[in-house]
Amino acid sequence: MLNPKLKLNPKIFNEDVEQVPIRKGFGIGLLKAGEENKNVVALCADLVDSTQMNLFVEKFPERFIEMGVAEQNLVTVASGMAAMGKIPFCSSYAMFSPGRNWEQIRTTISYNDRKVVIVGSHAGISVGPDGGTHQALEDIALMRIIPNMDVISPCDAIEAKKATLALAKTGKPAYLRLAREKTPIITTEETSFEMGKAQIYWMPDIGLTQVGIIVTGSLTYRAILAAKELEARGIKTKVMNLSSIVPIDVEAIVALAKECKAIVTVEEHQVNGGMGSAVAEVLAQNYPVPMEFIGVQNLFGQSGSPDELIEHYEMGVPSILAAVKKVLKRKIS
Amino acid sequence: MTALSKEKIKEFEIKANDIRQSIIEMLVEAKSGHTAGPLGMADIFTLFYFHILKHNPKNPSWADRDRLILSNGHICPVFYASMAHSGYFPIEELKTLRKFGSRLQGHPHREYLPFVENSSGPLGSGISQAAGMALADKIDGSTMLTTSGSTSFDKAQDKMLTTSTKDRYIYCFISDGELDEGNSWEGIMFAGKNKLNNLIVIVDRNNIQIDGNTEKVMPLEPLKDKWSAFNWHVIEVNGHDFNALNDGVLEAQKIIDKPIVIIAHTIPGKGVSFMEHDYKWHGMPPNKEQGEMALKELKDMAFKIKNA
Repeated sequence: MLNPKLKLNPKIFNEDVEQVPIRKGFGIGLLKAGEENKNVVALCADLVDSTQMNLFVEKFPERFIEMGVAEQNLVTVASGMAAMGKIPFCSSYAMFSPGRNWEQIRTTISYNDRKVVIVGSHAGISVGPDGGTHQALEDIALMRIIPNMDVISPCDAIEAKKATLALAKTGKPAYLRLAREKTPIITTEETSFEMGKAQIYWMPDIGLTQVGIIVTGSLTYRAILAAKELEARGIKTKVMNLSSIVPIDVEAIVALAKECKAIVTVEEHQVNGGMGSAVAEVLAQNYPVPMEFIGVQNLFGQSGSPDELIEHYEMGVPSILAAVKKVLKRKIS
Repeated sequence: MTALSKEKIKEFEIKANDIRQSIIEMLVEAKSGHTAGPLGMADIFTLFYFHILKHNPKNPSWADRDRLILSNGHICPVFYASMAHSGYFPIEELKTLRKFGSRLQGHPHREYLPFVENSSGPLGSGISQAAGMALADKIDGSTMLTTSGSTSFDKAQDKMLTTSTKDRYIYCFISDGELDEGNSWEGIMFAGKNKLNNLIVIVDRNNIQIDGNTEKVMPLEPLKDKWSAFNWHVIEVNGHDFNALNDGVLEAQKIIDKPIVIIAHTIPGKGVSFMEHDYKWHGMPPNKEQGEMALKELKDMAFKIKNA
């Protein structure tokens, strides 16, 4: 069942569940952050509408900076603005930022300790028809290995809005990962979001949990669907939303591993170096249990519809079901 | 332009000589680091730290200070020496350059040495950071900082970019070699677009980089035309002539509709005869003997300046 404490969307399993792109929540959040703090500024590399900065641009044209197609300049100018007390949000596609400007982010933002939020939209394979060049499947890895860099990957538009508002206040460099496609709304305005806190979205009605599923970003909905189906087949799971990859909630992850003694991680990203790797690092040091990893297996993507690609690269519900069954067999009783 | 007095110039020459001696001493002690660039930039740093910059070594975080962004962090021996000689920290501390536990990192780190505006080392990012600072100042100087959203986009943007807080400048020192970097030109294009007349870039035009002469490695000429084409006001000066440099900065401060670049022609290794113009000294420190020879030359020169 859905965790009743979190006040998640009661219509989540309806056929006509509301679907909104995760990036849209960022656009709404940025506008609100701009209203709350006049130091919030927005920079964009020629992708205002697709990265959903348009709401902010309309309301605060005097605080918007068009950077053109120049991602290295995007983040280095943002670093300079942060040095003078601004809170810059700079957006592009994840493939280009942090894909193209990683060293500038490392040196002028993290090493320099300048509070800049890098917003990578259109992350993951679900960019679809644009093909492999535009499918950022390495960005979580790129960003989580930089010291002094928070990494947040919201599960839906509402969480993206809350994350944006939180990031405007943290005073630390951060990366916000967004997806292009419409995604079912999982949370509600009442659902809490806190940096560094993982939350259990799905749990067994009764009985002991057999497998813990840890998910981040756009695949959270699929992970919950898989959990529901598993429940119907008598396999009890918990689904943890790990939207805060850095800082990571060690306590909650270890508690889940102790409870289930088997973990499956799910992300729209390379398995190498992604969120699953972050979880494995935590568990290997604290409480090792068998793990299975859902994600892209060291491959580039290709053109196709988002659903086709998610199935083809084995990140859909059937793959999650199979991974849960596999990890159950490996469980040390 | 008001010419600097003879006494002032003599004072600067003595300071620059002191700074050059410190550069040699710290590099000999560190046994690694860059020599030619720091010696070549000593006159420019001297003029800035002892004449041009609005700063307060006793209160480094003074909010209204000018900002000096060093883009090519590898010339930090001259940066550190100038800071020590102008009173930011004890001159003795210069001997800790590049050593474990030192505030004087091999390339400047803002958090280790708080009087540094930006950590730098990887080349080509300084102009953009300085442009971001200059733009932030423009936004703060704008009277349009309302949340009404009632003005049209173009009008608001126009206002943002034409209003200037002329009470401080963002200076950015860059090398010529780092103009090979694409990021440099992104920043140059951006500053030109936004008419950042509170941004003054000084190019250390010493014609050398690690692999040789800049025009052989990756030709930069016609450099003046390139900057002009990107909508900058370009000034060229002799980087060892205090009067010319000072006039250049005064001219730059009068420009109202463009960012300004001062292409300062310098001699790499300036002040030490066997280092001058030789690209091999870009990234090599003097050993003990070479250091002694260099110091002797510099001390002889100091004697001549003082008794001129």
